[in-house]
Amino acid sequence: MEQKISTRDAYGKVLVELGRRYPELVVLDADLSKSTKTSEFAKHYPERFFDMGIAEQNMMGTAAGLALSGKIPCASTFAVFATGRAYDQIRNAIAYPGLNVKIIASHAGITVGEDGATHQSIEDISLMRTIPNMTVIVPADAVETAQAVTAAVEMKGPFYIRLGRPAVPVILGDDYRFQLGRAAVLREGQDAVVFAAGIMVHKALKAASILEAEGLEVAVVNVSTIKPLDRGTIVNWAKKTKAVVTAEEHSIYGGLGSAVAEVLGEECPVPVIRVGIRDRFGESGCPEELLTAFQMNTDSLVNAIKKASERKK
Amino acid sequence: MTEPQEELIRDLEAKAKTIRKNIISMLAEAGSGHPGGSLSSVEIVTALYFNVLRLKPEEPQWQDRDRFVLSKGHAAPLLYAALAERGFFPVDELLTLRKLGSRLQGHPAWGMLPGVEASTGSLGQGLSIGLGMALAGILDRRDYRVYVLLGDGEIQEGQVWEAAMAAAHYRASNLTAILDYNGLQIDGPIEKVMSPLPLPDKWRAFGWEVREIDGHDFRDLLKAFDWAQRVKDKPSMIIAHTIKGKGVSFMEGMVDWHGKAPDKKLAGQALEEIGAGS
Repeated sequence: MEQKISTRDAYGKVLVELGRRYPELVVLDADLSKSTKTSEFAKHYPERFFDMGIAEQNMMGTAAGLALSGKIPCASTFAVFATGRAYDQIRNAIAYPGLNVKIIASHAGITVGEDGATHQSIEDISLMRTIPNMTVIVPADAVETAQAVTAAVEMKGPFYIRLGRPAVPVILGDDYRFQLGRAAVLREGQDAVVFAAGIMVHKALKAASILEAEGLEVAVVNVSTIKPLDRGTIVNWAKKTKAVVTAEEHSIYGGLGSAVAEVLGEECPVPVIRVGIRDRFGESGCPEELLTAFQMNTDSLVNAIKKASERKK
Repeated sequence: MTEPQEELIRDLEAKAKTIRKNIISMLAEAGSGHPGGSLSSVEIVTALYFNVLRLKPEEPQWQDRDRFVLSKGHAAPLLYAALAERGFFPVDELLTLRKLGSRLQGHPAWGMLPGVEASTGSLGQGLSIGLGMALAGILDRRDYRVYVLLGDGEIQEGQVWEAAMAAAHYRASNLTAILDYNGLQIDGPIEKVMSPLPLPDKWRAFGWEVREIDGHDFRDLLKAFDWAQRVKDKPSMIIAHTIKGKGVSFMEGMVDWHGKAPDKKLAGQALEEIGAGS
């Protein structure tokens, strides 16, 4: 049976390890440390943990001040509050001067579930991607989360890392090596390619397996670094397959789907079908139910891939 | 504290005069910018850079330096004039303000110009940034202090009060805020636009030690900064009563001069007045 771990749990665990290696690492949270899992770091390094209360704007500004004083701040809360509530602070106080702040947000997307639309971030990738200097990463599973957070702490500059709430399958092996700015080809195929991020990578792999039985060879590429985007890999696979599907737990406006379509529009125009949230808010429900209702489950992907591959004929 | 020496006061007054003149010249050359709130804070910033702050202009990133964050970033001409006068960069460069390619951006931009400690301009953010610097100082057991200059209209931003609450919560006694209380914002008197009064009561209720002073009187300013360094377990707030556009008769108390540069003729008149002033 497949192992399931939430990306936020992986974050909590790796932070403790990074805290040991980097004495200048500090962590800030906005009264959600038990949910974002920064509480693990707080237990081990209470003097380097700052609970800023329910005040995200001040948290981001304080993180900027800590970075200006040589610290490596990781600021965490739910994605919707991190990127929406504190957008101007991230833009002006952190990203404009290119400060070494790592914004690591959990509970992204509709798989927050029952809490509903106010807590379901569907536009955070878009908001962060348009800010100059900002690096944007959406890890596919727990293995990639640990490596991506480590890379962010080891590198200079502002990062946005998007994590989720539910336990999700671990799909990458111990031999997987996250490389910033490089998309990873997880499966090869000539008939279509799926560029996926986050929880949709697993669903894309499942869809590819289903279609293999039907005689369709589908490539799956994990685009965990949304910015800077791996244009080369995206163009190569679009050229090879001439049928592209994007899959993300985010609005089809401004996220991975948009990013891929922008590159292909400029360099290799081919049909692109974007699977994601179609200009609507989320709602309450359990995660898998929601993904089905929003046409983002494996079946929806299978249909999208078929449609894309038929279009090129 | 003993009474500040007369010679020191005279020196500071001379520096203030030079800085005021440079602000006018910069704004006239740029053709845009914010004279009102730059001129109201001249004595505050002059006292800081020429008496209070522990700095090494030749080593701007010196770890033990005191930090000054200009939260009211539109007073950038004042910050630049003070930094140039203090030796962080050549005074000649002041006239590049707001021009393409200049290190003197319309609002302070960190990483371009030595001595600028944070990117500010979107109001309400500097106190949080200053708090982060103060917390880092406490964590590292360094004895530097952090000073943040706020505008009185600026404190209408909710983030300021988030930061005020957090600074008291973390007992950041190494953090001092100065409020430039000139009473005017773009749309009019602060009480009419959106009253932030009563100022001292609000800051005390948020856990700060508060002192009110005349923000144009160097004796008051030096005593207040001395007091702030002795406040224990709490952040300190100096409410500085000031006059918007101070030092130029036709700008004083005039809200229209918040964000408008004088033309060459008016600038000449202003420079003459500042030069003649005591």
